[in-house]
Amino acid sequence: MTVDSTSALHLDEPYARPVLVEGDRDIAAVTRRVCGVVEAPKPPKAWYVAITITSAMTVMLFGCVAYLIATGVGVWGNNSPAFWGWDIVNFVFWVGIAHAGTLISAILFLLRQKWRTSINRAAEAMTLFAVCCAGLYPSIHVGRIWVAYWLFPVPNQMQMWPNFRSPLLWDVFAVSTYATVSLLFWYMGLVPDLATLRDRATTKLRKGLYGFFALGWCGSARHWQRYERAYLILAALATPLVLSVHSVVSFDFAVSQVPGWHTTIFPPYFVAGAIFSGFGMVVTTMVPARELFGLKELVTLRHLENMNKVILATGSMVGLAYATEFFIAWYGGNPYERFVFLNRALGPYWWAYWLMVFCNVVAPQFLWVKKIRTNLWAMFVISIFVNIGMWLERFVIVVTSLTRDYLPTSWGYFAPTWVDICTFAGTFGLFLTLFLLFCRYLPMVAIAEVKTVLPAAHPHGGHGHKEGAHHG
Amino acid sequence: MVESAIQAGAKPVYGVLAEFDDVDSIAKAAREVRDAGYERFDVYSPFPIHGIEREMGLRPTKLPWIVLVCGLSGTSLALFFQWWSNAVDYPFKISGKPLFGIPANIPVTFEFTVLLSAFAAFFGMLVLNKLPELHRPVFESQRFRRATDDRYFLAIEANDPLFDAKRTSELLQKLTRNPVELCHDSGQSGALPSWLRAGFVGVAALALLPLAATVWARAFDTTRPPIHIVRDMDSQQRFRAQVANPVFADGRAMRPDPLGTVAWGELGASGAAQAGKRGDTFVDAFPLPVTSNLLERGRERFAVYCTPCHGQSGYGDGLVALRASELQEQNWVQPSSLHDPLVRTRPVGQIYDTIVNGVRTMPAYGRQVSSDDAWAITAYVKALQRSQNASVDDVPLPERAKLGVQ
Ligand code: HEC
Repeated sequence: MTVDSTSALHLDEPYARPVLVEGDRDIAAVTRRVCGVVEAPKPPKAWYVAITITSAMTVMLFGCVAYLIATGVGVWGNNSPAFWGWDIVNFVFWVGIAHAGTLISAILFLLRQKWRTSINRAAEAMTLFAVCCAGLYPSIHVGRIWVAYWLFPVPNQMQMWPNFRSPLLWDVFAVSTYATVSLLFWYMGLVPDLATLRDRATTKLRKGLYGFFALGWCGSARHWQRYERAYLILAALATPLVLSVHSVVSFDFAVSQVPGWHTTIFPPYFVAGAIFSGFGMVVTTMVPARELFGLKELVTLRHLENMNKVILATGSMVGLAYATEFFIAWYGGNPYERFVFLNRALGPYWWAYWLMVFCNVVAPQFLWVKKIRTNLWAMFVISIFVNIGMWLERFVIVVTSLTRDYLPTSWGYFAPTWVDICTFAGTFGLFLTLFLLFCRYLPMVAIAEVKTVLPAAHPHGGHGHKEGAHHG
Repeated sequence: MVESAIQAGAKPVYGVLAEFDDVDSIAKAAREVRDAGYERFDVYSPFPIHGIEREMGLRPTKLPWIVLVCGLSGTSLALFFQWWSNAVDYPFKISGKPLFGIPANIPVTFEFTVLLSAFAAFFGMLVLNKLPELHRPVFESQRFRRATDDRYFLAIEANDPLFDAKRTSELLQKLTRNPVELCHDSGQSGALPSWLRAGFVGVAALALLPLAATVWARAFDTTRPPIHIVRDMDSQQRFRAQVANPVFADGRAMRPDPLGTVAWGELGASGAAQAGKRGDTFVDAFPLPVTSNLLERGRERFAVYCTPCHGQSGYGDGLVALRASELQEQNWVQPSSLHDPLVRTRPVGQIYDTIVNGVRTMPAYGRQVSSDDAWAITAYVKALQRSQNASVDDVPLPERAKLGVQ
């Protein structure tokens, strides 16, 4: 499984960086390799198997949503005192996952981390699909979803406006802005590649469809100039945006006065967790996808290793945040706060807490070992742990605080219903279905961008550039 | 090849197109063409070639300024709108917090700034690039398809003042080993097929229908009941108070108490409501012994139920009354002073009756105050009235010393 690791991995030598694209690296080969996936007459068999399963799950999701709308939120396990249940847990879970894509595309772009080029497209697509899953929850959990538009400042017959000082409204703005900007960012990156597909198309339908969405892109230098500037600006905008989104999500909790939620550490802690979970999901999906579609030369082991390093770093940050919370609960001297944290670790949800600690703090520590960090199976398993752990984190935060609130008479124990479970499973179906469709019909790797990191992409005469100086 | 094309020239010439193999040769060609004085030419490549804008002599784009302007408008628009909607048009009072405080309004302002800036960056780029433009004359060249793959092209347009099909072609041919070709503008438009456009227009028109219906509904009055798509809580399945109900033999929707039962709290209630009267006249004696305990209870209940309007000492200057007169409320009736000569002459039965059944604009308290408590309050009111119109003679002898009078 690790045979594609290259002998040229000398990460500690800054001058001889490992190559970002392996194998036959001429420009046309990149086009052929990426477009080949889209143009292949038939996708691999595994694709059919996978999409059958995931689309069945998606149908189940829609079924559950229809049942919920027709019946009411009572079909979920949310009930006094835990009025926030899996709906919020899953919303935060998916929004968190949605952070990796834009982070890779925007922050790594600004930091000139060129290794991002091979993975940013797929990661951005995941962002979008995860936002779809995330956005679903707040819109269906409002109960009477036909008045969900009240969330937006739309003039209405009640002559009322939404409360702009409420974190829940900030959330609406943050998540919808994030979804829109991610879509623009992703689509803009796609335009030149769609033009490539258009120009290679052999059927009228493909030419028409790809051509329509390519907007008539012709690769003009004047266009590229503005395009690159726009891309840079979008990256610069998306960077603070990505940090703001999960901060705002954390305000949903932090601005309230529930013990265990009302802490100032939440924004940075949530952002670190979001990046952590997002990279976890990227590894989970990219490891099989590059295998399935033969993109090992573009998405190299080095990319995966770099992502694992990010997982290790953010996982440790999350661990630090857990410790800090406990410390402050003791040091702050607030008895309610102290109770909540002791209750998290030793109360009825101890199993969730310790499982979370294992998945988020302990499991990623194995990535210190280079052998594990570069082993596909090991990283896949660890990334699954990360996904589970981050889900549990949100569950622990939401449920332990709510089921043990100020009034001991109303303490309770949250139990999900089958609708909760099927809806959550269904969001995975939706996410994976969209991802599989994306892999099949759109260029999974940013063709034009990868070309720019090839040595052939740089004029050599007169600028003092040396061959190979652009590998890193 | 070029010559023959010019002779065939039925279609107007768009320009000359040259193909290059690598980044170096196209960069060199761009510089040569620019040095030759051409302005209307363009370089096409599958990816952005860094530094080519210098070779071509392109000026930096003004896109960042557009983004800046849009971003700043986003900031001010968001701030203005939050202030106007939450502090002016529909003031939101929450726990006495200021109606408009920058910290709480920052998140939305920030998001909106980013949103408008991103729109400006994306759509600004499209507009400046004159995209979408589905058809271009260069697309008619078969070779040009590789401009998005691995080839580089340079086209000099015919509308450049220096353009001359022959000389321009020669210039380009010197720079590349690939054959230079003349590009025609077949006049084919880049527009979408007409059926597709009709489809778009149709969908757009349909999308406007709900809006039109809303505007219609808001602009005109109607006597017909509103259409409830979702029935919500407005129309519950229930029988209203005075309607006929076929379920019961007597056809009444409002059910009388079953025979031989009394509703909770109703026992003796009608008796209590009448207790202030005997026949049509108010009684003038307490039905229960007036003790200091009773008076104490009365004082306490009076403080709870009566002081908000009548005030601690009964002059009709309770907080509610003060507030109402301060606000100059139009329909407010001043609570009577309990020391008004007329009120002072009321028999105890009538005061009791006032408490239990209310009087004119004063609401009834019979539901909140039990019959015994109403008597206790009455006793206290009587004591209060007396206290405000007392002379030294009313004070028992042993107590007078405390007041310092004889
Ligand atoms: C909500 C304010 C309010 C409260 C509370 C209230 N009253 Fe009154 N009361 C009034 C007003 C107003 C009037 C004068 C009504 C009018 O003239 O229409 C009035 C009149 C009276 C009168 C004079 C009736 C008459 O004979 O003219 C008496 C006695 C009286 N209240 C006693 C009480 C007592 C005892 C309580 C406590 C149980 C009480 N009120 C609580 C508002 C109040």
